Amino acid sequence: MIPSQVPAAGRLTRPAGPLVIDIAGVTKLYEMGEETIHALRGVSVQIHRNEYLAIMGPSGSGKSTLMNMLGCLDTPTAGRYEFNGKSVASMIDDELADIRNREIGFVFQTFNLLPRSTALANVELPLIYAGYAPAERRARAIHALENVGLGSRLHHKPNELSGGQRQRVAIARALVNSPSIILADEPTGNLDSKTGVEIMALFEQLYEQGNTLIVVTHEEDIARHARRIVRLRDGLIESDGSVY
Amino acid sequence: MKRLLYELTESFRIAFAQIRANKLRSVLTALGVIIGIVAVTLMGTAIRGIDTGFNKSLAMLGDDVLYVQKWPWGGVEDWWNYANRPPIRPEDADKLNHIIEQTPNSLLEVAVPVSTRGNSVKAGENKVSGVFTIGTTADYGRLISADFSEGRLFNDTEAAGGRPVCVLGFDVAEALFQNRSSIDQTVMIGGHPFTVIGVVAKQGSFLGLFSFDNQAILPLEAFRKYFSVRRGAEIRVKITDKTRVADAREELTGAMRRVRAQLPGERDNFNINEQGAFKAQLDPIKQGIALAGLFITGLSLFVGAIGIMNITFVSVKERTKEIGTRKALGARRRTILLQFLIEAVSICLIGGFVGLGLTYGLVLAVGAAFPAIPVEFSVSLVFISMAVSILTGIISGFAPAWGASRLDPVVALRYE
Repeated sequence: MIPSQVPAAGRLTRPAGPLVIDIAGVTKLYEMGEETIHALRGVSVQIHRNEYLAIMGPSGSGKSTLMNMLGCLDTPTAGRYEFNGKSVASMIDDELADIRNREIGFVFQTFNLLPRSTALANVELPLIYAGYAPAERRARAIHALENVGLGSRLHHKPNELSGGQRQRVAIARALVNSPSIILADEPTGNLDSKTGVEIMALFEQLYEQGNTLIVVTHEEDIARHARRIVRLRDGLIESDGSVY
Repeated sequence: MKRLLYELTESFRIAFAQIRANKLRSVLTALGVIIGIVAVTLMGTAIRGIDTGFNKSLAMLGDDVLYVQKWPWGGVEDWWNYANRPPIRPEDADKLNHIIEQTPNSLLEVAVPVSTRGNSVKAGENKVSGVFTIGTTADYGRLISADFSEGRLFNDTEAAGGRPVCVLGFDVAEALFQNRSSIDQTVMIGGHPFTVIGVVAKQGSFLGLFSFDNQAILPLEAFRKYFSVRRGAEIRVKITDKTRVADAREELTGAMRRVRAQLPGERDNFNINEQGAFKAQLDPIKQGIALAGLFITGLSLFVGAIGIMNITFVSVKERTKEIGTRKALGARRRTILLQFLIEAVSICLIGGFVGLGLTYGLVLAVGAAFPAIPVEFSVSLVFISMAVSILTGIISGFAPAWGASRLDPVVALRYE
């Protein structure tokens, strides 16, 4: 066990809500030529609404695979995965796409904004896939951008924004469809430390607003912002505990 | 349903943004389609032009006229079966008219004898060679639809008396008398003097080959006096009902066999020709043009389609990460498929519009430079070329778009 640190004074921990993610005995195998890689060897984890969770582990620990699984980008080879009570393991592509659209907000290390679209258009994208009418799309996207402090940057394209602002756009995009969870993959990995701190402060704010956050990271400092840390090693959960 | 609509709008927006962002690439790609569409539309224009020109020419022949002649139109292989037929004599027309009068409810209206030959026509110093000279009766006026730019046709008395009067075609009159009136002028036709009593208004040419305005119409008796009719004539028979050409033809065959006193079982020793036969003649030519056109068009469109396919593959490759992002945000397979299909179709449509514009310009230019060449631009061409563009886009864009829609989001997101 890695020793936990004393949390900052006055840090709020929200009571856990209903079960969102229920993973039990999940394994994932990859065929790499002749070799079979056991990315996950039987992982069980439960995540509730209002949690702020960090997933940690060195490279090759199965961290990315677990994240892809949690994000419904991938399905397990074996084991149970229920998202809001629905079994995801047996879903086909388009069903997974709908779950990703409605239930999961992705924040990527490389932001993954559409380069030629404005901040507003980028944030509207998930709403298009959700079938919202243009007027409502716009209103919700503007609201989401204001929520991350970018109300004055609606019509800027990604190359006209700083790294931190780009990540804020990405966070607004993740939030805009009111998903059950926000899934962030190394959200500060491409930012300087000062901007990284700002982004983590924004995450703290989002958590306090009642969002469920899962942050995948290899940085201890970042992970410590979460209320709970799941550590992976060699495709197994090494530890799973609260941060005090 | 609504979601699909929004996705479509978004796809078009992205497609045009992509095209704007990659202008040169898009233009080069569209070039193939532009060439293809120009080929398609030009071919269509040419075929249509031939059709129109042909129909116009046929209308000049009269679509309600049957031609009794020794030879069938369009040539025959067993010429020996025709060579020994007796020539058609102008007198046969009188006999036919007699039969027509006696037949109640006849589908035939009038039979008009027509003898023809080529002559030169002179007036003073001016001379026109190779004028198509026609000897006929006053009934000829009932066959032709053309108006007279001045004067009139000869009447029955003038025709029966073999008076030396003539009606000139527009071009002949213009060549001889320029802007002066031709009426009452004397012209020498084949070395014999005739007084001009009328000029037929300009009619144009038959498929640009044979001008109806290069003619001189004489009373048959006068024609007979100066020129030989031994080579035979033809009889043009006007019918009463255009919709019953086949019946009229049958009646005419019977009447003509009576005139010729042919025995039952004997083969007809004359031919009844009609403009429909020309259509049959022209069809293989049109088909030939269409086939050649189809080949050229198909080839150019094929090259264009390969260009589009290639650029769509490149586009998918370049934007693999974007595809991953979109999938992560909830884009279904259909969404991605549509997005790239629409991109391919958009380039094709732009190419199609440009190609259409080029063709339009070409058609206008050709029409202005060579009025004799029958070309015609039409609305249906617009629709056809748009349809062809869209189809090309779909066919060429499908494989790459399908590949994009099937990408594994995990793999796509990791792609650099």
